[in-house]
Formats: sequence, C-alpha cells, structure tokens
Amino acid sequence: MGLRSDIKKVLVIGSGPIVIGQAAEFDYAGTQACRALKEEGLEVVLVNSNPATIMTDKAMADKIYIEPLTLDVVKKIIEIEKPDSVLSTLGGQTGLTLSMQLAKEGFLDAQGVKLLGANPETIDKAEDRQIFKDTMESIGEPCIPSQVEETVEGALAFAEEIGYPVIVRPAFTLGGTGGGIAATPEELHEIAENGLRLSPITQVLIEKCISGWKEIEFEVIRDRNGNCITVCSMENVDPVGVHTGDSIVVAPAVTLSNREYQMLRTAALNIVNALGVEGGCNCQFALYPDSFEYAVIEVNPRVSRSSALASKATGYPIAKVATKIAIGYTLDEIVNAVTGTTYACFEPAIDYIVVKFPKWPFDKFVYAKRTLGTQMKATGEVMAIGTSFEHAMMKAVRSIELGINTMNLPKLKGLTDEQIEAKLHDCDDERIFVVYEALKRGVSPDIIFDITKIDRWFLYKLLHLCQLEAELAEGELTQEKYITAKKYGFLDSTIEQLSGQKVEHPRAASYKMVDTCAAEFAAQTPYFYSTFDEANEAKEHIEQNHTGKKKVIVFGSGPIRIGQGIEFDYCSVHCVWALKEAGYEAIIANNNPETVSTDFDTSDRLYFDPLTPEDVDSVLATEQPDAVVVQFGGQTAIKLTKYLQKRGVKILGTSADSIDAAEDRERFDELLEKCGIPRPQGHTVFTAEEAIASANDLGYPVLLRPSYVLGGQNMIIAHSDADVTEYMGIILSQHIDNPVLIDKYLMGTEVEVDAICDGTDYLIPGIMEHIERAGVHSGDSISVYPARTLSPRIRETIIDYTGKLAKALDVVGLVNIQYVVYNDAVYVIEVNPRSSRTVPYISKVTGVPMVDLATKIMLGASLKSLGYGTGLYPEGDYIAVKVPVFSFEKLHDLDTQLGPEMKSTGEVLGIAKTFEEALYKGLVAAGYKMKRGGGVLLSVRSSDQQEIIPIAEKFERIGFTLYATPGTALNLNRHMVACNSVRKIGEGKPDVMDLIESGKIDYVISTSAKGRDPHRQSVQIRRKAVERSICCFTSLDTANAMADCLALGKTIDDMHFVDITKL
Amino acid sequence: MSYEQTTSKAILLLEDGTVFEGKSFGAAGTAVGEVVFTTSAVGFQETITDPSYFGQIITQTFPLTGNYGMNAADSESDRAHATGYIVREWCEQPSNFRCEETIDAFLKAQGVIGLYDIDTRALTAHLREQGTMNGVITNDMAADRAELLKMAKSFRIQQSVQAVSVTELKRYSATGERVGEVAVYDFGCLRSIIDAFNGRGYDVTLLPWNTPADQAAALAPDGIVLAGGPGNPEDCGELLPSIRALMGSGIPVMGIGLGHQLMALAVGAQVKKLPHGHRGGSQPVVDSGIGKTFVTSQNHGYAVDEGSLPKSEGEVFCRNINDKTCEGISYKKSPAFSIQFHPEAFTGTGDKHYYVGRFINMMNAGGNR
Repeated sequence: MGLRSDIKKVLVIGSGPIVIGQAAEFDYAGTQACRALKEEGLEVVLVNSNPATIMTDKAMADKIYIEPLTLDVVKKIIEIEKPDSVLSTLGGQTGLTLSMQLAKEGFLDAQGVKLLGANPETIDKAEDRQIFKDTMESIGEPCIPSQVEETVEGALAFAEEIGYPVIVRPAFTLGGTGGGIAATPEELHEIAENGLRLSPITQVLIEKCISGWKEIEFEVIRDRNGNCITVCSMENVDPVGVHTGDSIVVAPAVTLSNREYQMLRTAALNIVNALGVEGGCNCQFALYPDSFEYAVIEVNPRVSRSSALASKATGYPIAKVATKIAIGYTLDEIVNAVTGTTYACFEPAIDYIVVKFPKWPFDKFVYAKRTLGTQMKATGEVMAIGTSFEHAMMKAVRSIELGINTMNLPKLKGLTDEQIEAKLHDCDDERIFVVYEALKRGVSPDIIFDITKIDRWFLYKLLHLCQLEAELAEGELTQEKYITAKKYGFLDSTIEQLSGQKVEHPRAASYKMVDTCAAEFAAQTPYFYSTFDEANEAKEHIEQNHTGKKKVIVFGSGPIRIGQGIEFDYCSVHCVWALKEAGYEAIIANNNPETVSTDFDTSDRLYFDPLTPEDVDSVLATEQPDAVVVQFGGQTAIKLTKYLQKRGVKILGTSADSIDAAEDRERFDELLEKCGIPRPQGHTVFTAEEAIASANDLGYPVLLRPSYVLGGQNMIIAHSDADVTEYMGIILSQHIDNPVLIDKYLMGTEVEVDAICDGTDYLIPGIMEHIERAGVHSGDSISVYPARTLSPRIRETIIDYTGKLAKALDVVGLVNIQYVVYNDAVYVIEVNPRSSRTVPYISKVTGVPMVDLATKIMLGASLKSLGYGTGLYPEGDYIAVKVPVFSFEKLHDLDTQLGPEMKSTGEVLGIAKTFEEALYKGLVAAGYKMKRGGGVLLSVRSSDQQEIIPIAEKFERIGFTLYATPGTALNLNRHMVACNSVRKIGEGKPDVMDLIESGKIDYVISTSAKGRDPHRQSVQIRRKAVERSICCFTSLDTANAMADCLALGKTIDDMHFVDITKL
Repeated sequence: MSYEQTTSKAILLLEDGTVFEGKSFGAAGTAVGEVVFTTSAVGFQETITDPSYFGQIITQTFPLTGNYGMNAADSESDRAHATGYIVREWCEQPSNFRCEETIDAFLKAQGVIGLYDIDTRALTAHLREQGTMNGVITNDMAADRAELLKMAKSFRIQQSVQAVSVTELKRYSATGERVGEVAVYDFGCLRSIIDAFNGRGYDVTLLPWNTPADQAAALAPDGIVLAGGPGNPEDCGELLPSIRALMGSGIPVMGIGLGHQLMALAVGAQVKKLPHGHRGGSQPVVDSGIGKTFVTSQNHGYAVDEGSLPKSEGEVFCRNINDKTCEGISYKKSPAFSIQFHPEAFTGTGDKHYYVGRFINMMNAGGNR
C-alpha cells in the first residue's frame, strides 16, 4: 500500500514556544516528521512560532512560517499555501488542538484539506473527559470514579459523593495546568474555580484520588490496518499523585510480573484500537500495588514527552514511524532504521535499564513552591542508561547538574533524624534524596514505603547504594570492590573520597549499543552508553566503520533549564552538520532525551552519558578524537573547558584561556582597560561585609551576581544594604566557590550583538536592541532586530568595540556581547565567547548560517573566504521581534516581576516589514491578548511614578478604564489622568484582589522596589494576575510597547505572513 | 540485612571454547545444554517453566531478573525444564504482592544451575554471530576444562518430548459453562493454552505424546490440539503416522510450535534449522489471510521450509516479518491449521487469543466428520 497517492503537500503545525509541559521533545518529533515527509518527496509547509528550533530551519521544510500559532493565522497560511493535508499529531497539544479546531469548524473540509494522524472522533474520545470515560466503559477498561463538572457547585457535590481527597483536572490544558489535589471542600473550591477558568471549554474532571498507586505508562503505535505494538513500558518511581513529567521514571517497568504487565499491555492495545489511533499514543495507568486492580488515567493520542523518552530509551523512532503511518504506510512496510534489516512492526527489546530524572527550576527560583503534584513544574529532564537501576540512577543524578555525584544531598546532612523522617512526608523535588538520607540513617524501607508509597524494589536498590558506600568506607579498596563500585555507577573521585584511598588503576568505561533488539540482530546504530564490561562495542564500531576521517566530539548542553534552553541544542546540531559537511566524523556526547542532538542519526556516533570530566574521559579514551568543541553546549559544555585543557585535548575555536579571560573579573577588567572600553564600575567580593562596603562605594542601585553563570542565575538589583544582606545570605548558603560580582547598575538601553570571528576579522550578523532597559535579563527582554533607536555614532561604537573585544579575546568562532547605552555612551556589560540564545533566530532572519560559519572557522577557514563579508552584515527588509514566553502559571509563589534573573522558558518571533507589525505578531504569538477596551490596573513603585503617567494616558486614550492602588492613583489624578483608586490588601473590602477577581481587569502594570518574597503585596497582586490569566507587565517599557501596539488599531487580518525560506 | 549475593565463582564454557566467568546462584553443580537467549524483559518464570526450553541453558538478555519474584500460579508447567540459567543480575529482594520466593530459591529447589554477573549482551552477540551452540555451566572451578568441552560438544537434546510430556491422561475442567471438549497432545504444552480453552468453556484432556490416533479420536473431542514442545521435530518421526491419521479423521486439528512442525512434516514438508532461532516476546508475524500483524512470543530453533510444503497439501498464511520464514500453515485436505508461535498473541482485532478463537470457530463448524 505505502504512501497515499492523494498526498502531495503537507502542512506541519509545530508546538510553539517552550513552556513547562511542552518543551524540546516536540522539536525532536517535528524534525523527525519533517524529514520523514521530505524523504517521501512530499512538499512540506511548516508553521511554528518558535525560532529556536531545528524544525524551523531551512533544510527541514519547503516553506517555513514563523508566525503566531493561532487559529486565524493557521487558516490564512492554509489559504496561502493550499496544502492537501495537515499533520496534527506531531506538534504537541498546541498543534493537536489547532488541528481539531480547524477540522471541527469545517474549515479543513471547505478547503479540501485532509487531516492526517488523527481524526476529531479519536481526539474527542481521548481528550473529552466524558466521551473518554464512556469509551473506556464500552470496552470494559476501568476508569477512576470521576465526573465532568462545569461549575464549582457541581464539583463540590460530586466530591461529597465519592469522598475526599479528589483530583481536579481541567480539560484541554497543557501539562495539567490549573489542576490539583483537594483534601477539603475549601481547597476544592479554590482549585476547581481556577481550573474552570483555565480550561478553554470550562470543564474540569473531579476524580477520586488514587495517590500511591503505581503509575505505569505504555507507548503504543497503531496503523490504519489495526496493527498495534507497544514500544515501551515505563514505571514511575514516584507513584500516582506526582505528574509523570515531574516523576523519576524507569524503562522498562520493573516491578510488574508478567501477568500484570500483559494485563496493562493488553489494556493499552485495546484502548488504542477503540480510539482508532493511527500513529503514536501514550496510555497511563494506575495499578493498585496489592491486587490486579487498575485504572486508566489518561491517554494522549499523539507524540508526547513520554514518546520522546520511549524513543530514546529503546532506539525506536516513534515520531518518524507515526509520520509514515499518517501518510499511509503500515507497520510491516516500515523498515527499522536501527537494524536496517528488520521492520517497525516489533516490540523493542532492551537489555539495559533507563532512568529519567526531571530538572526543576527551584535552584533558581528560591521562593517558588517546590511541592510536586498533578501540575508539572520541571523545565527539562535527563536520561541515563545503565546495566542496573543503581548504575542508571547514579548517572542520572550527576547528569542533572545539581553539583552532586551521588545520591547524597549535602544540605540534608545537617538535619536531625526526626527532621529527615518528617521531610519524607514532603512530596517535593528533593524527596528522592531525603529517602536516600533516611535509608542511610537506618529508616527501614517498609516505613519509607508507608509514607511515600515508592515501591520497595526501588528502596532496596537505593539501600544497596547506601551499603556500597558503607563498604567503600571500610577496609582496603580491593580491585574487586573497586570494580563493583564502578559497575554500580560510582566515580573514581567518589570512591577515593569514600575510601580515603587512591584508586591505583583507574578503569575507563567501555560502551554498549542501544539497538532496539537486545543484540538479537546485528545493528549499526551508532548510539552508545557506558558500562564496566570488557567488551567495548563503540570501539568495535569505530574499527569496523573506519573512515580515515578526523574525529571531533561536540559536547551538548544537558537538561533544559531556564537560561539554557533548546537554542544550545540547535547550535550543537548545526555544528555536527557543519563538521560532517566539512569531511569530519562528528560525535555527540549529551544526556537530554528530548532533543534532536540525541537522535540516533544526527551524529556519526552518539554517547548518551553524563557530562562530568570522568564520564567524558572515558568517551575520549574510546574515541581518541582529534579535537573537541565546547562553545555550542551552553555552560554545561563550557564548564568542561579547564578539564579538557588540562588533559591536553585540542579544543576547537576560542581557547580555554580566552574563555577564562572573559569570565574572570580581574582579567576581563584588564582587557577592557587595554582596549579602552568602558564598563559599569564594579568589584569582586567574597563576603557579605565586602559586598555592603563596595555597594556603598559604587552607590545604589547595584547589580549582584555570582561569576560563571548562565541565565542570570541568582542575579539581583539591590537598592539597599538590606537587599545585599538578603542576597549574600542566599548565595553563600549554596557553597559557591567562585566570587560574587557587584556592579554599578546603569539603567540604559540594552543592546546585544552576536559575532563570528576568526582571530583577524569579525562578522556581526545583526545588532539587537531590547525594548526593556538594562536590568531585565536579556533572555526576558523583547529583542528587536535590527536595532531601531541607535544613532549612527553609537552603532559605530558598538561595531568598533565588538571588533576590539573579539580580537583582544582572540575569539575563534562565536561571541555574544551585551552592551548598555547610557547617557549617549556605550558600556560593555558582558562578553560570552560562545554561542548564545539569540543565535538561532538571528541566523534565520539574517540568512547568515552562524553556527555553520563558526564551525568552519574553528576548523581553519578564514571569515573572508566564506562569502558573507566582514563587519556589520547588511540589514534586510524585515524586522524581527523576539518575545519571551513564561510559565508562571505553573510555578506557584514565584514573583513574576522581571529583573536580572532570567525567568522565561521560551520565546517566539514576530517577523514583518514594519516594527509595529512584527511586535504585534510577536505579542500575539507569545499569548498576549490584544484588547482595546476594558480595565487596566496600575500599581507602580515610587521611582516609576513619573514615567507611568504617559503610559497610563495611552491606555486611557485607547479606551481602557484605569484603576490604581492609592499611591499610583493619587499620582495619576494629580496629573489629570482619570483613574479609580483601589484599596490595598488589608485596608478593607473590596480591595485590589477583589478587583482582579471581578474580571474587570485586562492588563496589570505592576512594579515594585522589592519583590521575590511571596508575602509581599506586590507579589500577591502579580500572582493573582497569573492565576486569572491576565497579562501583567512588570517593566514600564513592555507596557508602553503594548500600548503603542494596541493604539495602532490593527488586527491579525492586517498582517502579512512571511515564508522565511524566501528572506 | 545483607545485600551481598554469593561470591562463589562459576563459568560458562561454550563448545567453541569461549569462557564467560561469573558467579554461581541457584543450584550448585554442572549442567550441559544448548545455550539460547531470550529477549523478554518480563516473564522469566514462564520462560523457566516452559517445556520447550528442555535441555537448554537460557540466557536472559534483560539484565535484571527476578524483580517480582516467583509464585505458584504463573508457572507454565509443574517444574523447570531448562538445565541452566544465565542472568546479569538476580534480585535478592523482589517486590510484588504475589511474590512467594526468589528466583534463587526456586532454582535451588528445582536443581537448575545458575550463573550470574556475566556480560549477557556479549554472550548474546556471540551466539548471534556464531549460531546456537552447546555449553556447560559449572561452579566447580577445579573441573577439567577439556572434559567439560567434550561434554558440551557431545551433548544432544534427546527424548525431549518424552521427557516433558504427561505419562497419563490428565483432565482440566472448563471454567464456567461447558461448551465442548478439546484433546491436547502434550509435546510440552503450556498451562496458558489449557487455561485459554478452559476459559472458553472447553474441558481439556491432556494426552501423553504417544497416544495412538484412534484412542484420541475415541474420546470424540470437538478438536485436537498438538501443543508446544522442545527439540528437533525430526527426532519425532515415529509420531508422523499418528498425526496423519488425526488430520485425516475429520476432527479439527490445531498445531502449535512443535505440533505445527510435525503437522507440516506429516504432509510432506521439511524443516530447517534457523541460524539462532526465534526466541522471546517480540517476534513479528504477518497473517496474510487477514492482513494483520502480531507481535508473538516464540521459542524455536527450527522452522518449516516453505518451499518444501506440497502446494496440494497446504498453504503458508503466516510469516515472520523479519526473516520471512514460515510461521503458520492452513491445510487443504483437513479442517486444520498450525502456527509456530504461542497463540496468546495480541492481534489488531483486540482478541488476545485470536487463534484459539479461530480454532473454536473451526470446531463449531464441526469438521468433516
């Protein structure tokens, strides 16, 4: 049968910006989908608002629209492009929901467009709570007692009937947004009300809480002939109650007997058949630990985060196979790309165990609520592969970059036994470490099971690790003891530390292949993980596939976290492609299962392992590379520089010494002085006393940050001694070895430049200007390319400084420089001699393939020879506006006020011929509601009172009613701006919170001198706005830009859509 | 509580001289057998108690074995049939609500010699490249290696069907309302096949392997099943006349595994040895009759040679998707079909026992009597 003959041109809908619950896994899936379609000779049209993705790369599709993912926009693109089909199941919930809306409105039929991958009935059966339940009942699959409710009263009544606790799940929201567990009617009232509002169809499911049951997932694939297979089973270490995205997950399931396994596998296959899924599907089950009772929790009839994990865990390319099925193939017609000789119609057999560990943003957001529940909070994850659970778990904890190499979390050491036992009851991001600490202190697995319901199997394995630690600490470190420790995942450094003895004969790891079939068939997948066995399959693979080419290892960027996102995967992948093109063997070392870089056919060889020096050491021993690349893998890779240099490995591009010169405050100051480039005055301090002294010396406000960070981690603007004291308290408690930097804070225009340099010449693809003044982290600022307000002189100065800095630092490859323009002078804020988060979008809008050029230069090419010129690259006809996207609704108690510490999780891009249109698109794409009437609530700090007046006037002129807290209201009224005064919290009812609740408010403008602490009133106002899904501006610049944009009176109908392949 | 497993050494010596050194678990001693691997990550208990593994040393490719322990209910027969058992790691503290004992205790009680802490993937790759071969496991480290090698080389699986079959007729009653009766020749029948018929209202009479055809026919069953079994079908030549007679009796006949191969031999086809057999729970099969694929569970080292099947006698309707070998035959002259795989294969029809259902339909049609 094969490819359907009626498909020639396919529209692929991407998943949009990275938010918690919808991350890089959809770039991985979408990229695989686009390639699978192109492989068939189909014309591919892509729409995705996220410019940091690989899938929006020119090579991936024939037509690419980086446009807002709204219904209106997608309709317009369909009208322009006239595809014959839409692929709905590869773009996450966003892509699926849009496709369903298009289908249900009859738009697709009217346009003669076929829906591929899923039909509306299938989606309704899976996603509409009631239809889902009815479908499950009709095939005899048990569901949890539950009922769909559309009112708070209904929810309360049903909860009475089934008994508390109950879980609230809003329909059609991402990552469980707005859900929660309610133990009392009061709690239910609050959660249900919130959930109903967030659900686009105002529905919540109230269900019996089955917390503590085992949570098991199956990834299933079905074709249109009804052939089905399960790709992988997965078991959550954290039982039901914690969102699977926040759970530690193992694959395959380990505590199920064959009978339980087959029972759930059969259920999964029955469900997928009943739903009529054609493609990939995720089925989640709850299994009572002491009987065969189970319940279907949830079904996702599309590729998902779990399917990305299952793909990487087994080697089975789910997204690719799902795409082939969508265009007509059946499972027995699709060849298994891993073996090349067997077919996709089989269930992968794995001969290792996989552990997935989430990466949470709480190290950065110290005030955010750490409790885990039904709402996902992790920004990313790592995967580790081992021959035992212990082995994989040890790898996972060192991949997650918490600064630990074992299961021991240093901060727990100081707690008493009672405190540790008490902490076992807290279900938060640190629970697994608390469990470990408790086991070490002799708390029995039975007691821990009673409290946490984590299966005893996992507890016994953790206990085994505790015992191995204890054995290492006792007696002589024999070779046998050493090898045993290595097999269970201990690093040499840990073994030495525990035993107090030197490892006399350190052993390098060998590698095994991930081959989908447990070695049953010969495979050629160049996908490896480390073990401590004799056989080294990577080495065999290298010998058997000897090409004579030079080998380069590219170090990836590890888990996605705030400040280090998908951009770095984009850069790593492009570096690999450029290396291959230049005739090198390109090898990737990374540990993130969500990414394109860890797809088995991206690099010539893939090492899926942690990125610590010792882990890397073994990769180097096996590969014997000619050189390595660190500048594309974010701070994760950059951190390896010193070690790599010590080991004598050739680092391509900018030298380790130059990287140090840019990051070491004193060396950097010297360098600037030599170049005659000014920077805001600053000092390096180690203690709170020093910090206060130098802050007073510089004069407030000052900027505080630790050296060697990315994403503005732990960076604040301090206005007083108290601020400095509070900050130093937090930072010093984290035992950071590096000093703290303290700078005079200049509140000017922020300008950012990415440049490519070869040591002699430099090329600046574009100068970007931020809408928000310095003080808001560059990643959280709206960034405009090309810069709009800079005078020619300032622009020349920036170009001149960039060239000087690049040369002085001897940059070979990429460099990112941030400037502040203050009182008509240019100051340097920061120089990062590596790739940056703006590289993907600038590459796309300028057409300068930055990573490709940088890679070629690192390999020895001169910039002049590459055909893109030097100096500032000519500006094109289009304006591109990058708008950050946040995940505030998922992170309770986090202050949304923007500052020097990065908070956004993703970004979107607006591209147009005019600035206004580009900004409008960017804002729409980022999810801002563009209203021209309603209410605006203003509450600003005293230093902003002057500036708020014209902005408030603009909103008033557009037609908004203004409300303000007393100080702001008085100020506005005094300046003849009509404004209603609203009581502050605690000054009588109704107050500002009631006003926000009332639904009268459409925009909130809130700034405060302080913030962070969730008890402060300003933070509460902002949190309330998040809960009510009201746009809240915390920078007057953003609010002003929004007002200007609204004043234009344009709508999406006035916009032109841009195919970026034609730029 | 100690987590230390035994440290007594043990080895696997393959007939090509390759040695894998690991540690001993289960019973102590020396065992010889055909070394095979299975890729199923779950179902180790069903595997060990599957009679088709008679005379074999099983290697589990999944590294963690025994996680959920053993229980009496899940065995496919009343005892272990493998002579040896090789894993990377076995679980001393299993966790499951039905767990009764550890794999180690079970192997000790059954006298199965175990070996752990070897690189099972390296062993699997070796068997894949070199083909299935014999081997010896022993924890007697002082044993003469040359003697062990001789033992491995001279080993042949013999009398396997005789060894695993019941010796006298055994009855299993239908659960629920009785609708009929099936006679099952025990060439190493799995408990789950009996359960499948019992669960559908059929009494099952389990017959010794060498029951004459007329005796079976005299029971007047609705159908006859030739089920399961280890070894080389060509060793069972003496059964062929009887099978021909059964297939000519007009009673519906279904063959499974060895039964399938014997039925093919009975109509004049031949079998060939596969390079390393089909084993484990993920063998893809396509049924061209209904246009569906299944992921099946298998354990066999021989396959029917499709080219040798006389066209007048039968037609291949199931093939292995990977190597295209014969996985099922429908017979033209009798109400009969046979499949190479375990019938508990999930199909796109949503019926876990699709082929049992197909046979029941055949029985309901009444055959040619």
